This record gives sequence, structure tokens and C-alpha cells, in this order.
Amino acid sequence: MAILTSLISLLQATLPEQGGALSAVDWARAQFALTAIYHWLFVPLTLGLGLIMAIMETKYYRTGSEFWRRTTQFWQRLFGINFAMGVATGIILEFEFGTNWSNYSWFVGDIFGAPLAIEGIVAFFMESTFVAVMYFGWDKVSRGFHLASTWLTWLGASISAWWILVANSWMQYPVGCEFNPDTMRNEMTSFFDVALSPFAIDKFLHTTISSWIIGAAFVVAVAAWYLLKKREAEREMALKSLRIGAIVGLIASIGAAITGDESAYKVAEVQPMKLAAMEALYNGGTDVSLTGIAAINPFKQPNYKEEKEAPLRLSIPNGLSILATRSLHGFVPGVNDILNGYTKADGTVEPSAKEKMQRGRTAIEALAAYRQAKTDGADEATVAPLLATLKENMPYFGYGFIKDEAELVPYIPVNFWAFRIMVGLGSLFILFFAFLLFLDWKKKGFLAPSALNTELSTFNKATLWVAIILLPCAYICSESGWLVAEFGRQPWTIQDMLPVSASVSDISAGAVATTFWLFLILFTTMLAVEINIMLKQIKKGPQL
Amino acid sequence: MTYSFLQHYWCFVVALLGAILVFLLFVQGANSVAGSLGYTEQGRRLVYNSTGRKWEFTFTTLVTFGGAFFASYPLFYSTSFGGAYWLWMIILFTFVVQAVSYEFQNKIGNFLGPKTFQFCLTLNGILGPLLLGGAVATFFEGSNFIVEKNNLIDGAALTPIISHWANASHGLDALLNPWVLVFGFAVVFLARTLGILYVMNNVDDEDIRSRGSVRLIGAAVPFVILFVAYLIHLLLKDGFAYDPATGIIFMEPYKYLHNLLDMWYLAVLLLIGVVLVLYGIGKTIVSKNYVCGIWPAGIGTVPTVLALLLCSAWNNTAYYPSTADLQSSLTMQNSCSSEFTLRTMFYVSLLVPFVLAYIVYAWRAIDRKKITAKEIEEAEHAY
Repeated sequence: MAILTSLISLLQATLPEQGGALSAVDWARAQFALTAIYHWLFVPLTLGLGLIMAIMETKYYRTGSEFWRRTTQFWQRLFGINFAMGVATGIILEFEFGTNWSNYSWFVGDIFGAPLAIEGIVAFFMESTFVAVMYFGWDKVSRGFHLASTWLTWLGASISAWWILVANSWMQYPVGCEFNPDTMRNEMTSFFDVALSPFAIDKFLHTTISSWIIGAAFVVAVAAWYLLKKREAEREMALKSLRIGAIVGLIASIGAAITGDESAYKVAEVQPMKLAAMEALYNGGTDVSLTGIAAINPFKQPNYKEEKEAPLRLSIPNGLSILATRSLHGFVPGVNDILNGYTKADGTVEPSAKEKMQRGRTAIEALAAYRQAKTDGADEATVAPLLATLKENMPYFGYGFIKDEAELVPYIPVNFWAFRIMVGLGSLFILFFAFLLFLDWKKKGFLAPSALNTELSTFNKATLWVAIILLPCAYICSESGWLVAEFGRQPWTIQDMLPVSASVSDISAGAVATTFWLFLILFTTMLAVEINIMLKQIKKGPQL
Repeated sequence: MTYSFLQHYWCFVVALLGAILVFLLFVQGANSVAGSLGYTEQGRRLVYNSTGRKWEFTFTTLVTFGGAFFASYPLFYSTSFGGAYWLWMIILFTFVVQAVSYEFQNKIGNFLGPKTFQFCLTLNGILGPLLLGGAVATFFEGSNFIVEKNNLIDGAALTPIISHWANASHGLDALLNPWVLVFGFAVVFLARTLGILYVMNNVDDEDIRSRGSVRLIGAAVPFVILFVAYLIHLLLKDGFAYDPATGIIFMEPYKYLHNLLDMWYLAVLLLIGVVLVLYGIGKTIVSKNYVCGIWPAGIGTVPTVLALLLCSAWNNTAYYPSTADLQSSLTMQNSCSSEFTLRTMFYVSLLVPFVLAYIVYAWRAIDRKKITAKEIEEAEHAY
């Protein structure tokens, strides 16, 4: 709740020209952010815990041990509680493209609809069919079929992630399409460019692998609680689950760091403004250092025009150049460079914002003239030059809707801080999971055999408490990643092609605000019930 | 494959998904009568556990129906969802609360109590079919919207938005049309009929089965009356026709009757479907030991709804007509995706038989044993 309230105040802060009153666009954005943030509380646990319990069930399949069957069933029960919430919050998102982003749905539906439909046909049915076998098939189907169903549930969820991330990546980096002036929309020209876009591959890997961290943190936290409570009946399950959780967690957090680095490199390539906002880099250059931390006011867009750099900035020399260009001396543009235009490393000139806005307007005017000429029945000779003008300026079409170049700068504080929270916590997870595995390897701390019969030492208690506290941190880390991805894309729904202001539906701010609050109340209530059920179930332990 | 073939093909796929969705609304239908069908606490539990093993298919079909509609007819997606905002939002709300109700209702820690979630299931059981049925009825009755693509590039336009709803009630206005309500309630009672038939088949409980045959009459009679009334209305009403040569949309008397006569195969499909549904209901009512009525009635529902949906779109018909501006009406031709996208998606749709095959296989595996009170008590996962 607190996060959402501050999100709204952040939205208000980005709109000084409207006196702080939220427009229909802002409410539509807030509603999408709300539903997406809630949905993302449940999806990563499905992906992460799904993997871990599938590993556990594989152990059961291989050993036939009753212990692993009971352990798998326990985690599956928790999985089921979470899964229901993921399903419930997910349906809204798909339909919101239509209900709240009507113009968007037409303008790019020809490309964007396909991955959503494929997600339904390929992934959702796989998930819903095999999750039913997983829940209800324990004594009805063979062990092999049941194990396959558990893996297929997880695979279905991962394939679903693939297609929705293909769709999301396309919004960040629109490829494989062409504008058709007769139908007034963008149309797909290459399915493989869309489905296998390098941006999508990176995004998929980074998002799913980082989701496993949440699954791992969850298992480790629950296991830590049993150990802390000295629950003898659950001790073996807790220890063995914790080990699997820590192994998955370490692999996932290292994987997330590697894929995250690759993602940042891609962002630098195709969304330089997002990178500049993440780094609060006002003025770019060569040999740019990577900001560790700086005093950026979280509630106020900094004066990037006047300030030379963010105040009290601590940085790593040449870090950003390496991250963004893979070269020690690479040129990285800052906010002002992007607004004023700059020359890229390959010698091409990136036009200034003013020029892009002018060319966007030229494209819109040419399109209007073309459509008028077609209505009037004009001949080829009349429409050909209009089409040529349109084509030439089409890459900047979206800029034609921008009124003020300040709109082109995303809200820097959210990008800056969310990025740092994500990276900071992500690094912490690598250390913590490595530490747990070290204790396990050396049989030290609470994993020492002697810890079985004695009181837990302060050190052991502290370690276990840290394991529990890191669970909410894993969620914050993951949500921060989404904040960077989506706040950094502003003002675009589709990069350079369509801004949010031209993407919405014709619904009043009041109507969208009403559904926003309804969703907030509904989802928050559901979350409270879910957490309570989850805690009770954990307290109860593995018995039915 | 021509563009026209692909348009018809995708219309068929979306209509088929819609038809399967209506069949799967037996989940909602059964939930809406769970109280009287189950009667006792344990009886209700049996009903919820029975539908609880199928609800995800209904839900997934709804989502896939939405996705397929988006991919193949994006102008419908943007116009209807963005315009009839309240109608769709209420539908979604009821499906959201339904999705958690099974898992949460009987769990310890549910501080809202089982009754809250059972109420949510009932609410979804009635409003879901009613509003989805109402939305389908607007395919014949028309909706109040305007589509103007030039708004996006017209500097003088108030907003750059292409699709506008022409009144402030954003979709709820459809419910003022009595024929929309007739169709909506026909779907409510159809879902209820199918729900009762499904539970009678799926739950091995003497009490529920005997009560089911009685409740079935209460659901099937209003369904038949409402459905026949709407069908007659449909055959007699003016329809929204489309001239493929000029692209102009005009009113044609007896358009839907003409459609069924021109596309006789749809009329045959409709007839077969209706006969199967009536057979399933009738035999269950008259024969005491017959509990397989869901098979003919459920299978019959699919061709019936499929024929009706195709009747609204094929044969040069505007499937999403506008009562505010006739020329804004959506046809397969003016609202579909590009030929490239439809063709790509055609190849994807070839996966559907494979998907259906594993669904059937998995269903059979877990439905081999009927649900009993004893089984729920001992089950690893129960609601």
C-alpha cells in the first residue's frame, strides 16, 4: 500500500504542469502498474518454487523415498496457494491492453496480439492441464506421469513468461514490423524478428533466472524458520530443502548478474535515455564512470539541464563505458546529449529532440495528406511523394505527439534508485547463498551436527533471521527490476513509435480511478488472505 | 491461402474458442446452484471440488479467447474492450475473485470465512455467464460506438483516440436492451443446466444425483424458453449487412435468416447442436439412472454456439455493429490483422489439436475415478 501511494505521488510529481491532478493517462498507467506489480508478486515464486519442487520430485522419483514425496507435497501445497493468486491477477493484465490502451491495441495489435495468443494456446493450457494432474493425480497416475506433470507445469509457466516477455521486449525495441498508412497501424513483417529478438532473449533469461532467486529465498526462509523454531519433525525436511534452495539460489543470483549485465548493454544500445535515467547521467562523454551512489532526491526530478552531475556522486572510473559499450573509453550519451543530439560511435548522427519532434510532425502531416488524397481519389503521382515523406520520417512518428522535450526524459529518481536497489540486493543474494553453501560444506554454524541438540548460538540465530528477512528483499529486488524496465521506457508505450498519451482509451479519469481503487482494495485483501493462509500452512508443516 | 480464407479461418477459430468457452461455463453454472444442489455442507463441498478440478480450463479458454481475438481482430479488441469498459471490467472482476475462491475457501487462515468465497463463486456463476452472454448478444443487437482512424493524426481532434463509446455508461447500456438480457439469461440457464448435468456425472453421490434431476427442470425450462425466444427474434430481425464491393454497411431485413439459408451447413450445425442439448436434458430428466447427459448436452452446446457466432460474421455480415454510426461497424475485413499475421498465426493454430489431445488424456487420467466424500477427505489436494 505504502509503495503504491508513493508511486502515485511520484506520478503526480512528474506532472507539475497539470497542477498535480492525475489525468486519464496517469490513472491508466497507475492501474497497469498496480496490476502488474501485484501479478509479479506471484509469478516469480511460481517459476522459482516450481523449479525447486520439480527437483525434489525428481529425487522422489529416483529414490522412491517417502521423505521426498512428503517434502514435495508440502512445497506443492504452498505452490498451489501462490499459483491461484498468479492466475487471478494475470487475467486483468491481458484485457487491460484493450480496456485501458485502446489506441495501442489497434496501432500495434497486429504484432502484439500474436505473442499473447500464442501464450494462451501453447503455455496456459499446458500449465492448467498439468497443474491439475499435479494437484489431483498423486494416487491416480503413475509416478513418472506425475513427475512429468510437475515439470510440464513449470515448463508451461516458463513458456508463458517467454511469450509475454517477447511482447514486452517488442515494446522496448520494436522490430519486424512496418507502418501501413492505409490501415493506420503497424503490421508484422517478420515473426522470427519479433519472437527471437535479441532483446527478448536477454529479457527472458534475466527475468526467469532472477525469478528463481525468489523461489530459492522462499524455500530458504521457510526452512530457516523451522530451524529457528527447533521443530524436530521438520528438521530433516528443512535442512535438505535449504540445501537445494541455496544451490538454486546461488546459480540463479550469479545467472541474474550475468544476464543483467547483458541486459544493460542492450539497453544502452537501443534505449540510451533509459540508461541515462538509470545512471542519472546528465552529460555523457567518453571514459564515463559508473555511479555507485549519489544524492538524488527520490521525489523530485533533478535539474538535469543545469546540474553538471548528480550531487555527492561516488563512482567507479570507466565503469559505465565498459558496461554500455564494452570498451574502456566508449562514449555514453547523457540526458542532455540525447536531447541535443550527438554523434554515435559508428559516426551516425542522432538528431536532437527538437528535430525528431519536427520530423514526427512532418510524418503525421504527410500521413494526413496521404489519407485525404486517397479519399479524394488522387492518382499515384500525387500520393507517391507523400508516402516518400512519410517513410523518411516514420522512425520519429511518435515524437510528433510530444509537446515538450522534457516529456522525453523518464522520471530519473525512480530509475536511479530502483536500479541500485536491484543491483545491491542481487549482489547480496550471491554472497548470502554462497555463505550458506559454505556453512553446509564445512558443516559449520547451524548446519553443524552439534547444532542439533544444543541451543542456537547468537550467530546461528542471526544467520537464520537474515535468511528470513531476505525473503521480502527478494521481492523488492525483483519488483525494482520491473520499475527500471517500465519507468525507463517513459514516455513511450512503444519506443519512439507511440507515447502513452496517444495510446489510451477514451475513458474518463474518474472511471479509471474507480477501477484502480477497486483493484487495489480487492488485490490487497486477497494478498492479506493469501499471506495468512500461507503462514498458517507453514506453521502446520507437511502433515495434511 | 487467400486473405479472405484466413479471415474466415480465424473467425472460425475465435468462434470455436467462444463456443468451447460457453460449454465450459458449466463450472459457473454449477457454482451458481451449489447451495441447492449440494444442500448440506458436505454436498456443497462435493460440488465445489468437482468444478474445482475444471475451473482452470474455463479460465484459460477465456484468456485464450481474448488473446486469439486480439491477435486476429485487434480493432474489436480496442473498440469493445476500450469502449464497453464497465461491462468487461465487471466480467473480469468476477473471474478474478473466482480464481482464488477455490484455493482459499476452506484453508486455515482464511479470515474472511468460507462463505465469502462461496459467495464470490455464486456471483461469478451468475454474472459471468450473464455478461458474457450479453456481450455476445451485442454481436446481433449492436453497440454504441464510433471508429474514426483519422483521429490519430487529426490535430483538430479532441483526442488522438480512434475508438469512442458514444455514451457515458461505457457498455452497461447494452443491458438496457431487453433482447440482450434475454440472451444473457439464456446463457445463465444454459450454464446452470450444463453445470447440473456435469456434477451429476462427476460426483458419485446419490443425494446430489437425485436432487440434480429436479433442479435440472428448473434450469432447463427457462433456458429453452429464453433460447427459443431469442432464436425467433434473431431470425426475424433486420441484420447488419456488408457490401464487399464498396465496404458499405447497411441494414438488411431477415439478414440472419438469410445467413442460415445461404450457409445451410451452419443451419445443420445449429440443428444438430440443439437436438443434442435437448436430448441430454430430456434423457436425464426421464431416465432415473442416466447420468451422462453432460456428454450430448455439452458437445451439442459447441456447434450451437459456433453456428450462431459464425452467423454473426460470415456471409458479408458486420459482426460488431455500431448503432451510433453504421459505417463504424466492424466486419471481418475491416477489423482483422494483416495477411502476414493471420498466416503466421494459422501455423500456430495447427498446434491446437495437439493441445486438445493432451488435455483429453490428462482429464481422463484424473477423472477415471468419480468424486466421493471419502476421496475428498483423503486427497492430497482438496478445496
